[in-house]
Amino acid sequence: MTAPALQAPALREYPVIPILRRDAMAGSRPYVASEKINEALGFPGKLAEGWRERAIAKLGELLDNSRALRVYLDACVHCGACTDKCHYFLGTGDPKNMPVARQDLVRKVYRRYFTLSGKLFPKLVGAEDLTEEVLEDWYRYFNQCSECRRCSVYCPYGIDTAEITMAAKEVMDWVGVGQKYTNEIIGKVHKIGNNLGLPGPALKNTLETLEEEVKEQTGVDVRFPVDEEGAEVMVVVPSADFFAEPHVYSLIGYAKVFHAAGISWTLSSHASEAGNFGLFIGSTEQMKAIAVRVREAALALRARRIVVGECGHAWRVAYSFWNTLIGPFDFLDPRYPAPEHICEVTYGLMRRGAIAFDREKNDGRIVTFHDSCNVARGSGMGGIPRGQFILPREIIRAACNHFHDMAPETIHEHTFCCGGGGGLLTDELLELRVKGALPRMEALKAVVDEHGVNFMATICAICKAQFSKVLPYYNFDMNLIGGVHQLVGDAIRLGRND
Amino acid sequence: MSFLTILFACLFYAAGAVLAAGLVVKVAQYARTPAPLKIPTTPAPATRTGVAWRMLREVALFESLFRANKWIWLFGWVFHVALALVLLRHVRYFIEPVWLLVEIAQPFGIYAGMAMLAGLAGLWARRFLVERIRYISTWSDHLMLALLAGIAVSGLAMKYVSRTDIVALKAFMLGLLAFDWQPLPADPVLLAHLLLVAALMAVFPASKLLHAPGVFFSPGRNQADDSRERRHVAARAGGRP
Repeated sequence: MTAPALQAPALREYPVIPILRRDAMAGSRPYVASEKINEALGFPGKLAEGWRERAIAKLGELLDNSRALRVYLDACVHCGACTDKCHYFLGTGDPKNMPVARQDLVRKVYRRYFTLSGKLFPKLVGAEDLTEEVLEDWYRYFNQCSECRRCSVYCPYGIDTAEITMAAKEVMDWVGVGQKYTNEIIGKVHKIGNNLGLPGPALKNTLETLEEEVKEQTGVDVRFPVDEEGAEVMVVVPSADFFAEPHVYSLIGYAKVFHAAGISWTLSSHASEAGNFGLFIGSTEQMKAIAVRVREAALALRARRIVVGECGHAWRVAYSFWNTLIGPFDFLDPRYPAPEHICEVTYGLMRRGAIAFDREKNDGRIVTFHDSCNVARGSGMGGIPRGQFILPREIIRAACNHFHDMAPETIHEHTFCCGGGGGLLTDELLELRVKGALPRMEALKAVVDEHGVNFMATICAICKAQFSKVLPYYNFDMNLIGGVHQLVGDAIRLGRND
Repeated sequence: MSFLTILFACLFYAAGAVLAAGLVVKVAQYARTPAPLKIPTTPAPATRTGVAWRMLREVALFESLFRANKWIWLFGWVFHVALALVLLRHVRYFIEPVWLLVEIAQPFGIYAGMAMLAGLAGLWARRFLVERIRYISTWSDHLMLALLAGIAVSGLAMKYVSRTDIVALKAFMLGLLAFDWQPLPADPVLLAHLLLVAALMAVFPASKLLHAPGVFFSPGRNQADDSRERRHVAARAGGRP
């Protein structure tokens, strides 16, 4: 690791709400997508004549089709409950990173064009014309929201800034100012089948190599099947699991779970990506087009169960939206929920003794768990209240002897985003990502100091990539981050358990 | 029939009409607009009964706000509960005979008027003293507080400073409801009080006061966490699938 040029904020033992630093992050701006990238998704190539009318018409269409957007833009009373809840605000002090101020960037335009008071008395109610300057503010600050929904937990009306960010991003796509990182990746999913652009043959090679490596380490023939028709379970994973570290160790963990339980499973080269960046850009059409590959693949492979790997936003889309977008799942085994999370599979097998662990194999690790925002605030697990918090922790406790939670106000539904979610995991936003990680790093520091924690487990590919990158800025080892199924894979008993 | 009586009678009919029509339009709009995806926020109940219970806690106790910020919760909750008591107390000016519940509420209503003012003062102070809230406050935020504080002050003034002819006022209000107009006492404090109330009624459906009906339509709070068990399908506007 080369010495970071960027200075991370200092970690404090008792975090305080920052004083406002106006325009502190006005320079943070991701690359704009090229004409080619935008046009491939059916968006205009770039900002052109008549964009304002087009933007306002699009906003009107979204208002007519989203009760959330309509209610959220009307209901805010500027009470200020959300002002100190955003990790990007806490890390940067830029007032436009306060959720209400971010929402107001859209709200002032909504008021101007869609409400009587804004049309008659714009100054009085804070309504404003949609100018190029306003659009520029949108581009900067809606690309400083990771759509983590932490603010919505605290809002007395449940106003969800993510819904407003998504609407703003969709309007921006509609006038040709799409964001390069997200839109390029969506293009890759459609063209190649996954976010990382890994073609089918390369995928097969990678999986063969993994089989050999696991055989070498364990002496057991753990399989990593792909496109096997008739397998009971089709597993959809974030494509980073195929080769990025530490992600790949979780993939090995899933394979060992299926092996140990004797369940036939397969990956799909058609749906070789669980991630769905359609969510990040607020496009239901894209979200559906990306998700439908999973349905097609499951039908083609005659799978009876669909299982999703460790990927936070993918799990929200799968858990909350798949049934609406690509359901009904009447072709799957009705004895299992559709879809299932890999943690639900592992937890279920563990509970009925179908798999077992030698947990002392993880004795070198003192583990904490980072709740990923989309799992924590936008999904469930196990069909029990708060299952998304209980299941991963129970699995960790079964596979490890040393587990310590971080401070209660930083976990469960109060969890802080890693700082890289929502389509912001791109290098030109590194300053934002480092500063946005501050609240999580402070909570981590506390358990590192108190309990000697040396492993932070999570179930999200973006969290893993983000933390690997930003941990060194806070003087932590980048290998401190890993997956829950990495711990599972290292401790699970292979071979028969009877 | 004095000019003043006619003026205020017309004013209240107009304000009442704007309030009712505006709310009907907004509520119908919220109800008709589809919620295409399931987006409940954790901790979301799994059943409709659970949702009703969550909503009740939210509107009666301000549960989320309590978790967010104790000061805003304290001032906001005190203001709203006090306002509810004050409104209950005022029911006696609109009915004859007076219900027992309203009778019981009479003495509490007075203290509630003071508590309401205290809550408003706390909320208003935060708009000046807390930098973050100062940053997000607009002219309309201050005006709304001024309007509510004006109503509370003029109301309390009629109790403690310059009492009005309450019997005549009740006759006026009952007359309004029966479309049989009765003279309105020409008391400046009363007229100010009534004028501010009419203004509040008129701006309600075009202002942030829409948070009152809005909270019931918030998908983050009113949806059940049952997306895997029940297929949620909502048609897009214009009947598009």
